[in-house]
Amino acid sequence: MSDYTQKIRETAKKLLSEGKVDAVIGYREGTLPLMAEPCLVKDPEKVDQLVFNSFCGVNLANYLPKRKDRVAVVAKGCDSRNIALHIVENQVDRERLFVIGAPCTRMVDRRKVAAAVGGREISGVSEQDGKLTVSGPGYEQTVDKKDVLQDNCSICIHRNPVLADEMLGEKLPEQEADRYADVREVEAMSPEERFAHFKDLFSECIRCYACRNACPLCYCPTCFVDESKPQWVGKSIDPTDTMTFHFLRAFHCAGRCTDCGACERACPVGIKVRQLTRKLEKDCLGLFDWEAGMNPDVRPPLDTWRPEDPEEFIK
Amino acid sequence: MGVEPGRLHFSWISSAESTKFVDVATKVIEEVRALGPAGQLAKTKAQVA
Repeated sequence: MSDYTQKIRETAKKLLSEGKVDAVIGYREGTLPLMAEPCLVKDPEKVDQLVFNSFCGVNLANYLPKRKDRVAVVAKGCDSRNIALHIVENQVDRERLFVIGAPCTRMVDRRKVAAAVGGREISGVSEQDGKLTVSGPGYEQTVDKKDVLQDNCSICIHRNPVLADEMLGEKLPEQEADRYADVREVEAMSPEERFAHFKDLFSECIRCYACRNACPLCYCPTCFVDESKPQWVGKSIDPTDTMTFHFLRAFHCAGRCTDCGACERACPVGIKVRQLTRKLEKDCLGLFDWEAGMNPDVRPPLDTWRPEDPEEFIK
Repeated sequence: MGVEPGRLHFSWISSAESTKFVDVATKVIEEVRALGPAGQLAKTKAQVA
């Protein structure tokens, strides 16, 4: 991946010094290992902090709405689909955006790495040929990257950017994956079992809204959970309030979610929030033959009406 | 997500179909009454206060 880093720096330097963009949004090393962080560079002399590695899971499409300047942004497959959605939803002006496409070699889940080294302190990590070498006080351990991928990355079928002004590398082969095994398990439950399942799933939620804030789809000026007149949903961690928040948040992502995994990655207590969004994704695929963000010129299914839309549920 | 079956109803009713609206509303009320008070996603007054 380090050749991506080099190319990102070169491209950023060129764009900034030629005045084609006002800023480049990319990643830089975080203050902790395994945590690359978003980074906005305006000075062509400062492009050397930009990096690309297996820890760039943050979805940079989240930083594009409401920007008035011209920006370049590094986009993996999922990020590029979110950019396409932003274009469809009139949140981003394509003319003022330069997309640096990164065919994605998939991102690593820092929690899985921590578990693989037995919870020991991690002070450094390097990667080569699909292996991560993790080091800490008094140890060094090699982990297979494919064993510690983010859940969404291990079932990803769109790793190549759907739009880009410049590509960092050749397109990579897409993998075949059964995306909905666990969703089918939940679907097979009785309504009572399913309710109990979700009650348990969200029981640890502390209502920090990190999932919402990390999500590029959540750009409303005032979120329904922050409204107080009227207050749509209670602000406590009562199970009813928590579940209402999660169900409503998921439904706002129906037909829009690209399964970038930002929500799950951001969750401080490790809730599998993607279970909800993936059920909606599965339904949109089955009912409307729709995958979100694949084309910036097509209106999404929940935004359009066709005579052949399924309506068996309407009496 | 496990909402009790029978609590959610959908219907197309035009503003010209007043009798259909009455029929559907009556039927929904009867069916939901038969189910009794909601056990899920509902808070008691004490919890709200």
